[in-house]
Amino acid sequence: MSGNRIAKLSLQLMTIIEERSVNNLSAIPKEEYLYKCTSACAGCSSSLCLRYVLKAAGPDSVLVVPACCTSVIQGMYPGTAMNVPVYNIAFAAAAACASGMSDAFATLGRETNVIVYAGDGGTVDIGIQALSGAFERGTNFLYICYDNEAYGNTGMQRSGSTPLGARTTTTPGGKPTAKKDLDRIVEAHNPPYMATACSAYPLDLYKKVKKALSIEGPKFIHILAPCPPGWRYPTEKTVEMGKLAVKTAQWILYEREFGKLTINGPSKAAMKKPAPLEDYIKSQGRFKNLSPEIFDLMRQQVEQNIQRLSREEAGVC
Amino acid sequence: MLTIATGNKAVAAAVKAARPGVIAAYPITPQTEIVEQIADYVTDGDLESRYIPVESEHSAMAACIGASAGGVRTFTATSSHGLLYMHEMVHWAAGARLPIVMANVNRALGPGWNTWAEHTDAFSQRDTGWLQVFVGTVQEAYDATLMAFKIAENERVLLPVMVNQDGFALSHIMQSLETVEIGDFLPPFHLPHAIDTENPCGYGPMTGPADYFRFRWDIERSMRDARGVIADVEREFAERFGRTYGPTEDYRCEDADVVVVAVGTLGKEAEMAIDRLRDEGVKAGSMRLRWFRPFPDLDLSGRDVVVIDRDYSFGFGGVVAHSIRSKTGIEPYSVIAGLGGQEVTYNDIADFVRNRRPGEETWFGVSDHV
Amino acid sequence: MYEIRIHSRGGQGGVTAAKLLALAAFRDGKHATACPFYGAERRGAPVVSFVRIDDQPIKVYSQIHEPDLVIVLDTSIMDVVDVLQGLKDGGTVFLNSAHALEECNGTCCRHVDLTGIALAQDLVVAGSPILNTPVLGALAKMGIVTLPSVEQAIQEMFADERNVKAAKAAYEELKV
Ligand SMILES: Cc1ncc(C[n+]2csc(CCOP(=O)(O)OP(=O)(O)O)c2C)c(N)n1
Ligand code: SF4
Ligand SMILES: [Mg+2]
Repeated sequence: MSGNRIAKLSLQLMTIIEERSVNNLSAIPKEEYLYKCTSACAGCSSSLCLRYVLKAAGPDSVLVVPACCTSVIQGMYPGTAMNVPVYNIAFAAAAACASGMSDAFATLGRETNVIVYAGDGGTVDIGIQALSGAFERGTNFLYICYDNEAYGNTGMQRSGSTPLGARTTTTPGGKPTAKKDLDRIVEAHNPPYMATACSAYPLDLYKKVKKALSIEGPKFIHILAPCPPGWRYPTEKTVEMGKLAVKTAQWILYEREFGKLTINGPSKAAMKKPAPLEDYIKSQGRFKNLSPEIFDLMRQQVEQNIQRLSREEAGVC
Repeated sequence: MLTIATGNKAVAAAVKAARPGVIAAYPITPQTEIVEQIADYVTDGDLESRYIPVESEHSAMAACIGASAGGVRTFTATSSHGLLYMHEMVHWAAGARLPIVMANVNRALGPGWNTWAEHTDAFSQRDTGWLQVFVGTVQEAYDATLMAFKIAENERVLLPVMVNQDGFALSHIMQSLETVEIGDFLPPFHLPHAIDTENPCGYGPMTGPADYFRFRWDIERSMRDARGVIADVEREFAERFGRTYGPTEDYRCEDADVVVVAVGTLGKEAEMAIDRLRDEGVKAGSMRLRWFRPFPDLDLSGRDVVVIDRDYSFGFGGVVAHSIRSKTGIEPYSVIAGLGGQEVTYNDIADFVRNRRPGEETWFGVSDHV
Repeated sequence: MYEIRIHSRGGQGGVTAAKLLALAAFRDGKHATACPFYGAERRGAPVVSFVRIDDQPIKVYSQIHEPDLVIVLDTSIMDVVDVLQGLKDGGTVFLNSAHALEECNGTCCRHVDLTGIALAQDLVVAGSPILNTPVLGALAKMGIVTLPSVEQAIQEMFADERNVKAAKAAYEELKV
């Protein structure tokens, strides 16, 4: 077994121990790698997620960021709101750039975490080719997609990840097609670790990042990140919106380690007895005037997801 | 109808009047408003085009290529990195002789990210076989877009046209805009080599050196013919709608000893500088370069020339300054200014003229005379 | 040429105020341009927009460095931005405030509580009072545009009649 491998395994062990101990938010490290001077919108949940991602990753980490809101929230040169190196790269290129960086660090014998922090557009649309390539090659990195379900940086146009019926500036009558199922695309690459997360559950996110970084190979975390201007809800409702997404089972928290699926805490209950989907839909301006037909389709989709994941967890195919 | 609008809205209004069959575009700052406005028109039923919300600019241009080859009028809009990302297809569209019209909102290139005006994005596409025009007002953005379809679709041209406007400086500014009833100014779309199952043939197959070389020459021949076609279309436009355009917009040049050549909004701002200089007794004029491909013949003999380049070709020089040097033999005073949206006022431009040193290059505010 | 600089925070309607003002001037038969200066800021950050009004066509695209009039839609910005910078001698400041500027240093300072007017008309969107229509009424009183053109411009851009009411209220309230 190579030295690297041993180091990774012992890290994994440490993570497991630490995971047991980190069961409340106060146990999360106090060090900040994302300072309070970001230029994010008030109530931005994706920058909140980034804060926890970096706390979990620690200082020996590089963020690779394609064009997205995160390009802006870092602040304007020469200032920066970040306390780890951030490598900004063209919109389509994050995963490929991370491949090169990860191999460079391997060549140099460095253990530095290479983490892509990309939006949904940069992941499911323009960046999907690079993403697929890196996962197929087995690049050792963590790819995080924070999903605000539209192109936030350019003012909320549709993305492939925008849900059915949602109004964006390029779908003023509501999006006529369904949200692209990114997780099943990634799953088809059989990565050693993939998970979903949500900004309203930072501890869950923290643990998932820790675990992902303890595993060698391409890892993937898909975070639902509610966005007040895009989803059109009051800024102070940002955490509530994430909770609603999970409680209605519109968004399901799970992880899949070496192919084995585990549904996580809050989603277990939600999948058995989901809160009414209306609670989620009605609280967001982007779903204004949603037709009953579209709403039914959305409800069916939630039901299908619950069944598919329940069957998979139970080992029924 | 007379109203006020941004440069972006003006382009969208012209596209609405031109009624393309297919529009495929991808958002990018500062072009986004065009895409959003078109999406609104389509959703509200004001425009019967099909709008394809592609997943990247490469796909935007590829979709336009498919649609145009299929036999309908097509439009796209982009900027900066979007234009660079579609670069392969930009070449393809011209090589396939497709009269696609594209609005490009000129913006700087990363890294670092910068969304403000610069012309390097468009100039980096100068060898693709696209016609390129640069506008200086909201009205001109509208007019040039309308004319672009007619020029591109002319059978003596059949090349795509890029209509450039400065990011934010024009795309987001509100000025007066008069929209027109286009009537039969734009004839129905007709592409002689549109896909036709009655007449099956291969499009862009393996091609040997001799034929390939001839196809390239065909592009250049059409580029040369395009000068006449542009002049005809601009003349017809003036007759029908009363607004006159040419390869350059000349301002107080007749008796000028010194002429400022600039592109886009800096070319308009230069006119203010000229008024100031004239008040001081300096016989100055300005020439705003509108058409960049095909590059026009310019009459600048016997004058000092000050060229402002909002672009740069590293290891070579300002693209406009060098184009003018090679076309006219004149050694201009080359000012590199306004990159990444650098603020350049008419007072600065007047200073360029006052302090000119023909044959030299300066980077405004950064280097002294180089 | 009359040059106006508008200070506001992203999301407060400063950009729309600039557009409305240009449109009103245009409806007065003048030439006008409105240009917002776009930074990389998100909602809540200080932003500026510029309006130029002239009898001649306007060829200037650069920012306004020496305004004739400065409009401040949110006085809290004055803690972080020098709103008076470059103001011409004899220039005017207009504040959205119930009170005048403490130190006017010779500049002409006008003020109307636009926020109060918006709230009185219940002109509130997503929790924020609408300032961009009432401010036009104040500008009409100051003679920069005419009241009929203000009404027309507002009606062209907004369906809700309360916007015109708010502009008229600000017109009445401003003391000249
Ligand atoms: C090639 C290219 N096309 C378009 C853009 C413009 N652009 C920058 S960010 C962005 C949207 C990003 O959306 P997403 O990835 O969902 O991230 P978010 O902004 O929502 O955080 C777009 C369209 C670009 N920078 N480069
Ligand atoms: S647009 Fe949304 S994701 Fe982007 S900074 Fe604002 S709140 Fe955050
Ligand atoms: Mg997004």
